[in-house]
Amino acid sequence: MPPPAAGSLLSLADAAAGLRDGRHSSQQLVRAALDRIAAVDERVRAFVTVTEEQALAAAADADAAIADGRAGPLTGVPVAVKDVITTQGVRTTCGSRMLERYIPVDDAFVTARLKEAGAVIVGKTNMDEFAMGSSTEHSAFFPTHNPWALDRVPGGSSGGSAAAVAAGEAVLSIGSDTGGSIRQPAAFCGVVGMKPTYGRVSRYGLVAFASSLDQIGPFAHSVQDAAALLQVIAGHDPCDSTSADLPLPDFAAELNRGLKGLRIAAPREYFAEAERMEPEVAAAVDEAIGVLESLGATVDRSVSLPLSKKALPVYYIIAPSEASANLARYDGVKYGYSYTDGASMWDNMEKTRQFGFGDEVKRRIMLGAYALSAGYYDAYYLQAQKVRTLIRREFADLFSRYHLIVTPTAPTVAFPIGAVSDPYEMYLNDIFTLPVNIAGLPAISLPCGFGRAGLPVGLQLIADSWDEVTLFRGAHAYEAATDWHTRHPHL
Amino acid sequence: MDLTLQEVRHIAILTRIGMTDEDARRFQRDLSSILDHIRVLQEVDTEGVPPTANGADLLNVTDADSPRPSRSRDEVLANAPVREDDFFRVRAVIE
Repeated sequence: MPPPAAGSLLSLADAAAGLRDGRHSSQQLVRAALDRIAAVDERVRAFVTVTEEQALAAAADADAAIADGRAGPLTGVPVAVKDVITTQGVRTTCGSRMLERYIPVDDAFVTARLKEAGAVIVGKTNMDEFAMGSSTEHSAFFPTHNPWALDRVPGGSSGGSAAAVAAGEAVLSIGSDTGGSIRQPAAFCGVVGMKPTYGRVSRYGLVAFASSLDQIGPFAHSVQDAAALLQVIAGHDPCDSTSADLPLPDFAAELNRGLKGLRIAAPREYFAEAERMEPEVAAAVDEAIGVLESLGATVDRSVSLPLSKKALPVYYIIAPSEASANLARYDGVKYGYSYTDGASMWDNMEKTRQFGFGDEVKRRIMLGAYALSAGYYDAYYLQAQKVRTLIRREFADLFSRYHLIVTPTAPTVAFPIGAVSDPYEMYLNDIFTLPVNIAGLPAISLPCGFGRAGLPVGLQLIADSWDEVTLFRGAHAYEAATDWHTRHPHL
Repeated sequence: MDLTLQEVRHIAILTRIGMTDEDARRFQRDLSSILDHIRVLQEVDTEGVPPTANGADLLNVTDADSPRPSRSRDEVLANAPVREDDFFRVRAVIE
């Protein structure tokens, strides 16, 4: 058998077709992914851990399954998993010194689903520590580099998963999105990234950050591939009481239905009135809206989501508050980094957290504890929860009149590594993605052009809760009419 | 509104995060600046608005009350920093 064609790592459809038709074996495909990692990851640094041995064994099993006619939807396909999701027997670091040597005894729900579907996990990807960040610079180990420009960030917190797909090191990857952590790196790296409705994918085995916002989702080179990956990981799980017990739709059911009859809202707070918007990003998204209109959608640019600007403060109260509770578990007793030379039990615990956590994690734990503390609870946490209700109502009102919302994914293209040092400036990366998590909605980012320095721009589509089918329909129609997703970085 | 150094120290104790004086001053600056930005939330009129705890609209999800095997002790203790027999070993809590 000849080695896999160059494009096989850049499309699930191609990789799977090649496996089905016997054009390549899974072992060849996985070998090609591992070779690609060996060739480029010294520069990209998408991976914290490469699981070569396990991957080659899984690929051999996949080839046997294909030969026996037992192939599943992802059988033999190399997939990367963000290092916030547990993998049995393979360390899961969360990008933190705290979990540098943590070996989970269990697979996460999504990890188990991937394995059942035949996917071959090639490694665990780098991320901002505990998923807190927008650039992957807050990894305790090393920053990941943007495959389009190695001096730039890949976005974050799922920067490793986005970069791995963009660089052709894995066909697909998994990320997690609490305030934009899938969509913003997808935009920065020129790939498709999707956050499902809150409750669509079980978080069992996802290391918790902000439990009312966290959701797991796919990265891929195309909308169709992202829908196929979501199909594998979605579904009810009794081990996550927030996972919805709803019938699972065929996410690809309406991919080819086109845009005729779809009403799309382009809220002005996300365009002309947006802070720090780069003109090239605005131009690319304007052009994308023109494409949506030319395909038969009606786009209304007069609508408003006036509370959008309050989403950032709501997020930076709710997410740190939940994080302060979730991260209380890292006490150096049960697992993880442990300082043991202190003067007392409390001294050990305080030093464990002092040396085990990075500054951004500490800032958020402290901010959350402050917002929840006596005297401030009503003014901060409760007020944020009430504004959250109002933000949800604004979206619900819009979705009573429109099928989709279109916005830029982020106000800028990828910025240089080290360029943003102020914590609040970093938070502004996510102004267009945070409201979606606050309202629990599904959304997708897909490539829609190139801005400053030839860096990718992302288009965000948002749908009503549980309507991923329409989300994928809109995204696929745009993608099919453009060729941005077929461009790849040269490494 | 600026957090005082004393408030930062107090939060550090609440969250059990050890820190040097220099750390405390850095966090005082960072957290004060972030709090300045999020204070705009007070401007929103939320009179009579109920709070929303999560995006799922789920309430009181319960498990069937049926016994099932738990994890083995070895699994539970697999990542223990210091294990002694079937226990997590810690320093004395009361000395």
